[in-house]
Amino acid sequence: MNPGVWSSTLFTGPPEWRWLIILYFFVGGLAGGSYFVAALIDLFGAREDRPLARLGYYVAFPAVALSGIFLTFDLGHPFRFWHMLVQSNTWRPMFKGYSPMSLGSWALLLFGIFAFLAFLGALADAGRLRAPWLRRVRPPGVIGGLVAIVGGLLGFFVAGYTGVLLTVTNRPIWADTTLLGLNFLVSAASTSAALLILLAGRRWRATAGVAALERFDAWVLILELVALIGLLVSLGSMLQAWLNAWGVLLVVGVVLVGILVPLLLLWKPRLMGPDLSATLGAFLILVGGFIFRVVVILSSDGIGRPM
Amino acid sequence: MPEPMGFFTDTTVCIGCKACEVACKEWNQLPATNGGVSTLSGDSYDNTRRLDGMHWRHVKFIEQFSAERTDGRWLLMSDVCKHCVRAGCMEVCPTGAIIRTEFDTVVIQSDVCNGCRDCIAACPFGVIGVNPVSGVAQKCTLCYDRLRGGLEPACSKACPTESIQFGTIADLKKKAAARVGQLHMNGERRAHLYGADDTMLGGLNSFFLLVDRPEVYGLPPDPKMPSRNLVPSSLWSVLGAISVGLLGLVSFRTRATRPAEVRDESRRVV
Repeated sequence: MNPGVWSSTLFTGPPEWRWLIILYFFVGGLAGGSYFVAALIDLFGAREDRPLARLGYYVAFPAVALSGIFLTFDLGHPFRFWHMLVQSNTWRPMFKGYSPMSLGSWALLLFGIFAFLAFLGALADAGRLRAPWLRRVRPPGVIGGLVAIVGGLLGFFVAGYTGVLLTVTNRPIWADTTLLGLNFLVSAASTSAALLILLAGRRWRATAGVAALERFDAWVLILELVALIGLLVSLGSMLQAWLNAWGVLLVVGVVLVGILVPLLLLWKPRLMGPDLSATLGAFLILVGGFIFRVVVILSSDGIGRPM
Repeated sequence: MPEPMGFFTDTTVCIGCKACEVACKEWNQLPATNGGVSTLSGDSYDNTRRLDGMHWRHVKFIEQFSAERTDGRWLLMSDVCKHCVRAGCMEVCPTGAIIRTEFDTVVIQSDVCNGCRDCIAACPFGVIGVNPVSGVAQKCTLCYDRLRGGLEPACSKACPTESIQFGTIADLKKKAAARVGQLHMNGERRAHLYGADDTMLGGLNSFFLLVDRPEVYGLPPDPKMPSRNLVPSSLWSVLGAISVGLLGLVSFRTRATRPAEVRDESRRVV
């Protein structure tokens, strides 16, 4: 191999997955992560945290619907989106267990159903929907427990499979590591917790439930930093592809703005006052999560064929 | 059942006439320009530039000249889809649009493809692209329609030097081995076959005779299947999910099991 050539992945063509896919990855991550965090609160949190969990379900369903729209409109033929689920020539189910995109399509559909159920359950729980029987789709109870556990697992699948999908290609950066799924998943958890903290606003900020959420987010941010370092190490010589503006954006936008500053604000809330620290920290986590996806997608997409 | 069919491209006799490109575009009704826009490379006679949804054959012009231009050679190679026995594009395609035909070739069904472009990212050779007219991923079909009619593909039919040879894979391998032997006897010791044996993605049904390293021709030295990353990548993600789940359990469980008066004191975050 030429000294200038770092990987066999450099001989491939870019799929031109750009802003719609970045938005899909980000919003889809928020959908899956919010559901997962809400399910955790529902299953393990205190009873007075139920309104906080409801917030997660309120986010999950609209977000998964929106992410599905982004994904569909990125297709060359959006009205053929159903070809992912049904074989158009035989009308049999279309499923490939070894294709992350095929698995993800099914996961998105199933997660959408669970997110819709939990969304209705949350509305009923809050008294905004006159259907008391719908409260049974939220814990406690067998049905509620099942909806929380299965939906939460599907949510995490939706949040993480996108990274796995990128690694199961032959593109530079994406296929040169096996840690993108892990990074996307952890990032989805941190951004979702941050979104819930933001949505909780001043009204609930003083509650112990939000404090637990902030504690959770701080630990996930540390995990995110470790996963990101692992990603950089795993890229080996392909790391050279980030020795440019993308690398600067990654260090400043993701590591500094999206992880270290929010960690500092969570650790020392009195630096800017508890309210501002929490709001700013959560906002920066969301910004960092978005920039991470921008860097990962566009830095690889910009590498064209060698000849 | 027909025998596996394919191409053997002997790059040493290619003269860069591009008859294969023209024949391919004519038979497959591919546009000559992208919406009337013709993009020139600007530094080479090669203005096709790459394989994609509109260019299913691409004659590469590799110019190897010394800095003072006293010594040099042209390497010419008509590139095409490799119709891999283990095809990465087919592996990832979520709609089942990419199929293996009775001739052991790999074909994208345009009426099934929805333009997700996963195959473009999966192909280790950068062969596939979106055709702006159809809006779906397209590439060489090895003239499946002509094969069904008992004809040979348009490109090999048009090739005036027999650089592109069409036939059964078994016959082509014999011809290729003989040609390598002939070149070695004539002193061209660099001649070797690329993709003829099954160590490369189970074998390439379009294989090549090269006289330099594969990367000089823009070919990956060790093309891989995209699925090589599926299991490790999934396991790392599962590990991540378990870790986040445990962190959540610790964060919220602690809270649920603490007495109420302690909970009110639990506002400190880290």
